[in-house]
Amino acid sequence: MLTCRSVWRKLPPLARASSTLCRVGVRRAVLNNGGPVRVPAANMSTGPSGGGREKQLYVALVGAATLAGGVYAYRTVKGDQRRYQERIDDISSRPLKLSGKQTDEPLNLSEPSATEATETPVEATETEPVAEPEPEAAPAPEEPTPPAPEAEAAASTETTEPVPVETPAVDATPALPEVPSHAPYLLIGGGTASFAAARSIRARDPGAKVLIVTEESEFPYMRPPLSKELWFSDDSSVTETLRFKQWNGKERSIYFQPPSFYIQAEELASAENGGVAVLSGRKVVHMDVRGNKVKLDDDTEISYDKCLIATGGVPRNLQAIERAGEEVMKRTTLFRKIDDFKSLDKVSREAKSIAIIGGGFLGSELACALGRKSSEFGLEVMQMFPEKGNMGKVLPEYLSNWTTEKVKKEGVQVIAEALVKSVTFKDDRLEIKLRDGRLVQTDHIVAAVGLEPNVDLAKSAGLEVDSDFGGFRVNAELQARSNIWVAGDAACFYDIRLGRRRVEHHDHAVVSGRLAGENMTGANKPYWHQSMFWSDLGPDVGYEAIGIVDSSLPTVGVFAKATAKDTPRAATEESGTGIRSESETEETAVSPVASSTPAPALVQQRDNYGKGVIFYLRDKVVVGIILWNVFNRMPVARKIIKDGEEHADLNEVAKLFNIHED
Amino acid sequence: MSYCRQEGKDRIIFVTKEDHEAPSNAELIADDPNDPYEEQGLILPSGDINWNCPCLGGMASGPCGSQFKEAFSCFHYSTDEVKGSECIDNFRNMQECMQKYPELYPQEEDKESTTQAESDSVAASAAQTEGSALSPETDATPSTSDPSPDSASPTDSHTAS
Repeated sequence: MLTCRSVWRKLPPLARASSTLCRVGVRRAVLNNGGPVRVPAANMSTGPSGGGREKQLYVALVGAATLAGGVYAYRTVKGDQRRYQERIDDISSRPLKLSGKQTDEPLNLSEPSATEATETPVEATETEPVAEPEPEAAPAPEEPTPPAPEAEAAASTETTEPVPVETPAVDATPALPEVPSHAPYLLIGGGTASFAAARSIRARDPGAKVLIVTEESEFPYMRPPLSKELWFSDDSSVTETLRFKQWNGKERSIYFQPPSFYIQAEELASAENGGVAVLSGRKVVHMDVRGNKVKLDDDTEISYDKCLIATGGVPRNLQAIERAGEEVMKRTTLFRKIDDFKSLDKVSREAKSIAIIGGGFLGSELACALGRKSSEFGLEVMQMFPEKGNMGKVLPEYLSNWTTEKVKKEGVQVIAEALVKSVTFKDDRLEIKLRDGRLVQTDHIVAAVGLEPNVDLAKSAGLEVDSDFGGFRVNAELQARSNIWVAGDAACFYDIRLGRRRVEHHDHAVVSGRLAGENMTGANKPYWHQSMFWSDLGPDVGYEAIGIVDSSLPTVGVFAKATAKDTPRAATEESGTGIRSESETEETAVSPVASSTPAPALVQQRDNYGKGVIFYLRDKVVVGIILWNVFNRMPVARKIIKDGEEHADLNEVAKLFNIHED
Repeated sequence: MSYCRQEGKDRIIFVTKEDHEAPSNAELIADDPNDPYEEQGLILPSGDINWNCPCLGGMASGPCGSQFKEAFSCFHYSTDEVKGSECIDNFRNMQECMQKYPELYPQEEDKESTTQAESDSVAASAAQTEGSALSPETDATPSTSDPSPDSASPTDSHTAS
């Protein structure tokens, strides 16, 4: 159809006339079922009254156009029909998997009382400590919760074990009582945001009962050390203990709390003062918003009063690697969890060469961490990415280049402007072919190319997914629907000051988790306290940032000359903490350790970006700030962004940071 | 002297210490201490305790959270001459609870003595002792005027939760 149009345009004097003709003709053709098209000569000012040949040309053109249009329309409709049919087939094949279990339900529903009677004596014979709260747990949940969903939930929990229910033997599985049928506060996902919310809820609602359901088999832990501190640990058993020593000698585990902090899931309902229970190794597969309940992958249902979705995300992979087959996938790490850290640590000791694909935070941090080990283990570490320099999407070009040089000094072979075209497994090695023809050989690949937010529940829950940023779309108070909030990496929220965004940083998970917890307990507060993030690339380069830090924005950088005292190491020593966001809440040590040389060594080079402040502007308003090797000034930065003012001279604003002092 | 450069859309300024000596003339908007959106410190404008203050770590949310809240509230609202003298039972309950979770609440000497000092109420001023009672390590000035920057401090081994 379009080609026809372009042909018409080449006949300018006739174009308008013939196009109207065509439309009229097509309409006529459709109405008359393809009858002959007549030219209504009376309507035209430039009527083709003369020249039968022109008339023939018209008819030919119009006829061709009609035909082409008809063919196109036919093909589109058929294609759509085909796709629709495929989708219907796909959907209809799914209920078949569930119908097997569902048929059991009506059978068991008829005899709930009988089975319950047989349940209690069975449980009494169990010697586990679970036995005691059990008889309590059965009548107890019925009190606080309305009986209707209770009976439903009770019946459905029984359906998961149809065998033991029918044959009430002593081996009635402990799995049955483990999952509480109701949780006043249900948190889906067991990461940073979820834990922060749990803490917030418990602080504000006395005796709150919080249930965290997580796919992982771990208690909630923090991610930053997995790509930073854990790699710098001198302890050889670090992969087991997951403890890291900070610069000042203080040790900490990556787990937010030891296991004794949490209560058992089955004790949740009966706990006098409530508590936080973690149900690990379970996945929430279906969410019924109308009925206020979720279904797990083992078909148990849990009803809730308030629910938080903090499902985070899954690392993205490159298509080139996914297409490359199993041998390549086996030698590829998508880094996110504790298990990934453990396996990469093992690989770093055994392999001769590792290639990291991705030049952002995670890729650069891992590259630097592995680079430091490169001399120790005789390991070749390469990092490749499409941008011109490390952190190319975050830092302005001059700073990105400077950072890349620092990364190289950490022992990393940086391959910039590299687009991976294909990966093959050849001669027991991986061969990466780049778009420009270069070949890179390596033993193992770490792909750090972004995170795909986990919105699996959006479909069953009927929640909106954002098309620009990904993730669940929530309002400024992190609410998706009446009793449902979303926090952390998976939340695309409205920031009153900076607009709609989705943030994938640790402190944001903490801030948004806390806020969600507050709002779940009735606070009704919008996202206002701006979260920050930080990164260390080797011992000499560290920065803290806040707000929108996008290298495509115009920036103004104000730099001073760096002294030996301005390093991340000095900052952590002074504040006594490895997690930079904490240094704001914990009081900084009164006497700074100051192990660095007392006499500052001034660097004479003019373009040495030792320390400074970089402002990111959007319509002349500062929307993002990076504190470059300048620490413990985040509150000032936060204030500037919160004000949202247009400042005429950013050098004056930079003065507020006292960049020349420690 | 400061030196300025433009690289495309990015501007770079190098400044010496002298350049930044004069006080800044950049204007910042005055903060409203009662802004409901802001993060609050330990004591809310109403005088109540902000149990969700990051400075408390996880004290109010852990297994001994309710005992802690009772003890601390009692102390906070106590109007006795010797502040908190009627709260000894609450503090004892709290200590008993904490002893059940040694992993979470490490029984350190100075910590115990600090709690003792609380219940004995030899306090210089309410605000100061409120800060020190919580945990020696994670201290934060419980001022309400500056919004205490937030982050759920992932507790280190010394911090009670």
